[in-house]
Amino acid sequence: MSTRARDLLRSALLSSLLLLVLIGIWHIATLPKVQAQGADDEYAKLMGKGASKSAGFPTPAQLGGAIIKHVSDPFYDKGPNDKGIGIQLGHSLGRVGLGFLLAILLAVPLGFLIGMSPLIYRALDPFIQVLKPISPLAWMPIALYTIKDSSISGIFVIFICSVWPMLINTAYGVASVRREWLNVARTLEVTPVRKAFQVILPAAAPTILTGMRISMGIAWLVIVAAEMLVGGTGIGYFVWNEWNNLNLTNVVFAILVIGVVGMILDIIIGRLQRLVTYVE
Amino acid sequence: MPFLQVQELKKAFPATGGAVTVFDNINFSIERGEFVCIIGHSGCGKTTILNVLAGLDMATSGVAVMDGREIAGPSLERGVVFQGHALMPWLSVMKNIAFAVKSRWPDWDRDRIKTHCQRFIDLVGLTGAEAKKPSELSGGMKQRVGIARAFAIEPKMLLLDEPFGALDALTRGTIQDELLRIVQATHQTVFMITHDVDEAILLADKILLMSNGPNALIAEIVDNTLPRNRTRHDMHHDPQYYRVRNYLVDFLVTRSKLFQSGGTANPAQPLVVRPGLDGALPALPPGGANQGDPQHLTANHQSPSHNN
Repeated sequence: MSTRARDLLRSALLSSLLLLVLIGIWHIATLPKVQAQGADDEYAKLMGKGASKSAGFPTPAQLGGAIIKHVSDPFYDKGPNDKGIGIQLGHSLGRVGLGFLLAILLAVPLGFLIGMSPLIYRALDPFIQVLKPISPLAWMPIALYTIKDSSISGIFVIFICSVWPMLINTAYGVASVRREWLNVARTLEVTPVRKAFQVILPAAAPTILTGMRISMGIAWLVIVAAEMLVGGTGIGYFVWNEWNNLNLTNVVFAILVIGVVGMILDIIIGRLQRLVTYVE
Repeated sequence: MPFLQVQELKKAFPATGGAVTVFDNINFSIERGEFVCIIGHSGCGKTTILNVLAGLDMATSGVAVMDGREIAGPSLERGVVFQGHALMPWLSVMKNIAFAVKSRWPDWDRDRIKTHCQRFIDLVGLTGAEAKKPSELSGGMKQRVGIARAFAIEPKMLLLDEPFGALDALTRGTIQDELLRIVQATHQTVFMITHDVDEAILLADKILLMSNGPNALIAEIVDNTLPRNRTRHDMHHDPQYYRVRNYLVDFLVTRSKLFQSGGTANPAQPLVVRPGLDGALPALPPGGANQGDPQHLTANHQSPSHNN
């Protein structure tokens, strides 16, 4: 146990060291250029740039300032183009959550059906194989045309990209439930509903959760692109908006937030997955 | 009418160039409270026969009637102990057994189910391991849970498919003793597949000898004449033990092959032999069920040591 703790400490130390090195390199690379300042002072003023305001890629210190500024007031709302990061994240997470939930509602029961019936599997397989590789964003125009609401279209895009890994994993998990367990259920004359919920579902749960984890990863990738496309609200829109404002500090900050939130989502589903995993 | 009656059971699988008949014209019966073992080489269809009795498999033709009713599908009246224990790995020992008990008596309340399960957990000597998951148990303990689960639904007949095949010799011995004790206490009717000659002699009242497949048949039925109160520890002191054992080993090593080609046995009514009784010759059916060598049927014949 103590060796494990020591290993953890060592890896944490190494991670921190790497982070420091990266920030150090970043800091040096973004240092303001000294010799240019004196000569072109007047020119700079003419161009409307104050000497204190350095252009170009943000420095680590600027990013630190931005983090403090955003995190200290995450929920302000000053009109459509100026909302706190918390509100933007909330919109994105809401869309992902809703689309994901809809995908579960469709994919898990349908996956059960496909996994239990080879006939339905063979009948639906061509459709799944054709629909699965389509980029979820390709559905966007059709979604916008039929739904006529950009926010719901975003939810639809999340739904369509989450549904395939869940569907395929559920079907696979259900189809590969050990014959022995089903035979036990048969000899005990277990009712079909009880068999589905107490034998097949727990047996297939780890595989289903793996599908959900893949789906969540894809959904979080897609939401940023979808929100850039439809605009309005969300972390993806925030990135695009700040790019249009030429505020790279905020863009870098948003990238960092997307990464951290994605990691947290993955950890949550990973925990759930560990809950239902069994050792044979 | 015996408790279980199997008549003209046949199983054939479709194959390239015509069907392959695994076994044909299988006839035997089991009385209530009787412990019957079936011995034979791999591929002779023992497991298929057991699955037909369990209702998990369908015979190509023939019938099996238990307690006056034809076996047409799985039923709670027959408990099955599977070869690979078949416990649900996500459930604890208690919950694995409770799953079966709840299936048998759906209207029982939680306390009653728990008390009932506990009784069978205690019976197989797993007291204290109720909350453990199967992955935390040894192979022998897992198989005990399987046995407790099958016994807990109090079936009319118990079907055991080589339950101790994967266990080491020591564990196997202990569980055999336990099974013997439970069966003697409950007068359970049992049908069991085994590869272990000693196991069959210890446990069975009647041993069905199956010839090699394809076209396997029940060649003979050995009536185990060792006293019913035999134990694993003193059984080998009984002079009958070696006679029965040699008889069974001889069958497995040499005679099991001869039946399929010769067709000398009478599958409609397999010969009942009592090799344990000194010098006792079975009543030979007309035509003879052996290859004309009475030595095979007497007890005096000593076989070389074998490896099974």
